[in-house]
Amino acid sequence: MAEAALAIVLPLAAGLVAVPAGRRAPLLLWPVIPVSLFLAWRVAKGVPSTHALGGWDAPLGILLRADGLAAAFVALSAIVASAVGLFAVRYLATPRETRKSFAFWPLFFCLWAALNAVFLSRDLFNLYVALELLSLAAIAMVALDGRTATIAAAIRYMLFALLGSLAFLTGAALLYGAHETLDMVLLRDSLSPQPATWAAAALMSAGLFAKAAIFPFHAWLPPAHSGAPAPASALLSALVVKASFYILFRLWFDVFTPLATVETVTMLGLLGTLAVLYGGAMAIRQKRLKMVIAYSTVAQLGYLFLVFPLAGGGGDAQPWAASAWSGGVFHGLAHGLAKAAMFLAAGAMMMSGGGDRIDEMAGLGKSVPVASFAFALAAVSLLGLPPSGGFLAKYLMLTASFAGGQWWWGAVLVAGGLLSAVYLFRPMNQLMRNRPGDAPPLAKVHWSLEAAPLALAVAAVLLGLASMAPYRLIQAGNPLSAEVGLP
Amino acid sequence: MTGWLPVLTLLTSLLPALIIFRLPEDRRALRSAVNIVGALSKLGLVTLMLAGVAAGETYEARLALAPGLDLLLRVDGLGLLFLTLSAFLWLLTTVYAIAYLGNGPNQSRFFGFFSLCVAATTGVALSGTLITFFIFYELLTLSTWPLVAHKGDDESISAGRKYLAYTLAGSAMLLIGMVWLESIAGPVEFAVHGQLIGLDPTTLQIIFFILIAGLGVKAALVPLYGWLPAAMVAPAPVSALFHAVAVVKAGAFGIVRIVYDVYGFGLVEALGVGIPLALLASATIVWGSLRALFQTDIKKRLAYSTVSQVSYIVLGTALAGPTSTVGGLVHLVHQGLMKITLFFCAGALAERMNVTRVDQLDGTGRAMPLTMFAFSVAAFGMIGLPPIAGFITKWHLGLGGLEAGHAWVIAVLAASSLLNAAYFLPLVYRAWFRPANTSQEQLTSEGHYALIGPAVVTGASALLVGLFAGLAYSPLGWAQMIVAREYLP
Repeated sequence: MAEAALAIVLPLAAGLVAVPAGRRAPLLLWPVIPVSLFLAWRVAKGVPSTHALGGWDAPLGILLRADGLAAAFVALSAIVASAVGLFAVRYLATPRETRKSFAFWPLFFCLWAALNAVFLSRDLFNLYVALELLSLAAIAMVALDGRTATIAAAIRYMLFALLGSLAFLTGAALLYGAHETLDMVLLRDSLSPQPATWAAAALMSAGLFAKAAIFPFHAWLPPAHSGAPAPASALLSALVVKASFYILFRLWFDVFTPLATVETVTMLGLLGTLAVLYGGAMAIRQKRLKMVIAYSTVAQLGYLFLVFPLAGGGGDAQPWAASAWSGGVFHGLAHGLAKAAMFLAAGAMMMSGGGDRIDEMAGLGKSVPVASFAFALAAVSLLGLPPSGGFLAKYLMLTASFAGGQWWWGAVLVAGGLLSAVYLFRPMNQLMRNRPGDAPPLAKVHWSLEAAPLALAVAAVLLGLASMAPYRLIQAGNPLSAEVGLP
Repeated sequence: MTGWLPVLTLLTSLLPALIIFRLPEDRRALRSAVNIVGALSKLGLVTLMLAGVAAGETYEARLALAPGLDLLLRVDGLGLLFLTLSAFLWLLTTVYAIAYLGNGPNQSRFFGFFSLCVAATTGVALSGTLITFFIFYELLTLSTWPLVAHKGDDESISAGRKYLAYTLAGSAMLLIGMVWLESIAGPVEFAVHGQLIGLDPTTLQIIFFILIAGLGVKAALVPLYGWLPAAMVAPAPVSALFHAVAVVKAGAFGIVRIVYDVYGFGLVEALGVGIPLALLASATIVWGSLRALFQTDIKKRLAYSTVSQVSYIVLGTALAGPTSTVGGLVHLVHQGLMKITLFFCAGALAERMNVTRVDQLDGTGRAMPLTMFAFSVAAFGMIGLPPIAGFITKWHLGLGGLEAGHAWVIAVLAASSLLNAAYFLPLVYRAWFRPANTSQEQLTSEGHYALIGPAVVTGASALLVGLFAGLAYSPLGWAQMIVAREYLP
């Protein structure tokens, strides 16, 4: 399956060409978007598949493995990046923003390539390299604005990301010392619960926590994600943090499965609970729209951690209840689409002149109706209300919690949903309001700035309605532990 | 073709919603045309299915969401009863709303969400599985919120906030109950009876009351009705739709589904959960009427009257006997016809004469005779005067109560009827027998036919379905058919 390799090489090449292309870099989107979508479709059709770069097999060569989970995330990155790219063409083209566009496009394509590399790699060292490339591109994107506040946010992000990388690399080295391989499949077969493995698991997890902004390592995320330009925020919140989580997911369900005792998974679940509650409570207190959306990411990432204690619970009681794993993956996908839609919609609203403050948003429902509608649709998915991908994710996880007799995790899910209703309906209330007469007038924006968030929000809703195909896809080649459970 | 009928029916409201969202604000005629065409084609499809179901056909459309989890649209007698009501009243409410809103702002948004709300109601009526019901029930919550907050002023926004606080908390309860039930019983399909037999009775009792608490928010059961009077700030057509078709009814309809199609007659009796629910409904009936008595705002008085009247449906359902069930089911339609008439009239009064309070009603019968005549018919019906629709309901409920050995039901009905009379008769009296306020401006005409006509049609319908209740295709006949066909052992 050379498509998997092409899915990484194509955006990487585009990123390199974008540097000399300068102002004309957006033209690269026209070939890259359709080909990437086609490649994602091909990868999804061919799962599960393996591609040895240069024909060298593991452990010597680099292997790309595309199973259902990988294909689903490659498709997610293709869809989100396409919409974000089309949004960015107009968003950055205004006279105020052109300076940024020179730096934006190379970073954008590199980020895309790094994402696909993370999703398709199964070798800890390759993952480290891909993750580093991803972090660097992401940090630079945060700093694009050039204001002191965003530079500070970027530096803070860099601190967390570098410490995270260091921890991840140390863990990988420990594993290599103990088991003499870095390939995840080979590791899975030879893993034994010895002190070095425990240390490696702890270090790698902590490193990925820092990069994925998991509570209590979340402090860098809200200023970084809200300070970046809207298209960058969308990529960061929807995909970049998800990549670190994806590795974590893979590690625990594929490699460290013997270490996943009841205590370990309960601790992960508790961290997730804290993230859901803390992120929600902080989002309620924010005065600025993008900060609300950023804190919402902190909370939404917490849900993903509930998957660990929920996975497989009650699998023998109800065959379809072993659904926590699928629910988690659906949550990752739905959140990716909805959060990107929401950041882009917020971008369109700021373009319209609404400002970032929630109490200045009145009247935007009229000036950017489509973006407002997209915001509302995305909110439906984030709230876990039907019909949407977020709902299906929540339903599957709730079912797993009740079927496994662990209703308290279900209570966290429901409480988190109600908290998000509180913080998301604050801006939505403003969209319903009429603009007060003394407020500065709002402008219409280019249609593409409204269409891009709408497309993503509709995709998030469709994920919950036409859900059978993605459901089948993610099951292809999924780890055994997704079926029988972790502990 | 038969699987396409329910899907098409859903599309007759969904497509207009999507089209209307994209229409520019000033395309008033086109917007109205899209609305009316949608409503008429829905009525046509419903008539087709009525004939089919009466002849014993069923229509099904299924879409798998995940293994074992199906989105199912299924037409059965009960669903069709609700669907016919909503299709008929949607057409009239649309006509009324076009006249009522005139050239007001944000109409594309309004009518878009209005159609979406009707689409959600259609989905609720057609749902064949618990999860499908939940999906459309929530879609209803979401699509009605912009209607409550439509005016965009502080009062509307805070009413919208209150509405969401209640309904989202209710939906969280419903979700918990549903998932808990399905985690022990598997996906629940309404047409498959007896799925829960043999499960732990205590768990089933707890789940039953969680589900009722979730649905009770929309059905405005005591003590969960607080959002309903607050939502009165919405424009009159919205109130009419909320109280007669969409929101409150969806909650009551859900309770009917839970009792008959999820748990079933036998299990409800065996678990002993019917009587507590009947008592709760009775408390709501009396409490709502008492509160209505003390409202000076006409719309608020009508709102509390809804709290009371919708619980007749719940009462008939909870008693779970054949006759009381007929009474409960038929009230689903009867209450809709009578209450929408009252709201149409209240809206017309406010629009034409600025009458919103009870003490302003003096002499309005002379200024707006048709409106106040329809109003009086509906009010008499609510009180339960024969031969208007409300009488048929109360008769069956009372008989059903006696049949089930619960004579106290008669006392509840008598108390409620007295209270109904006490809060409706003064309105009728003021309108016809008091001299008009001197400060009132003189109307040259009663109003545009689109504003007055719908009330006249629904008022007449309330009278006719009572007069001709004995016919096979009357709501009563249909309710009897459902009970005979589906719920009798």
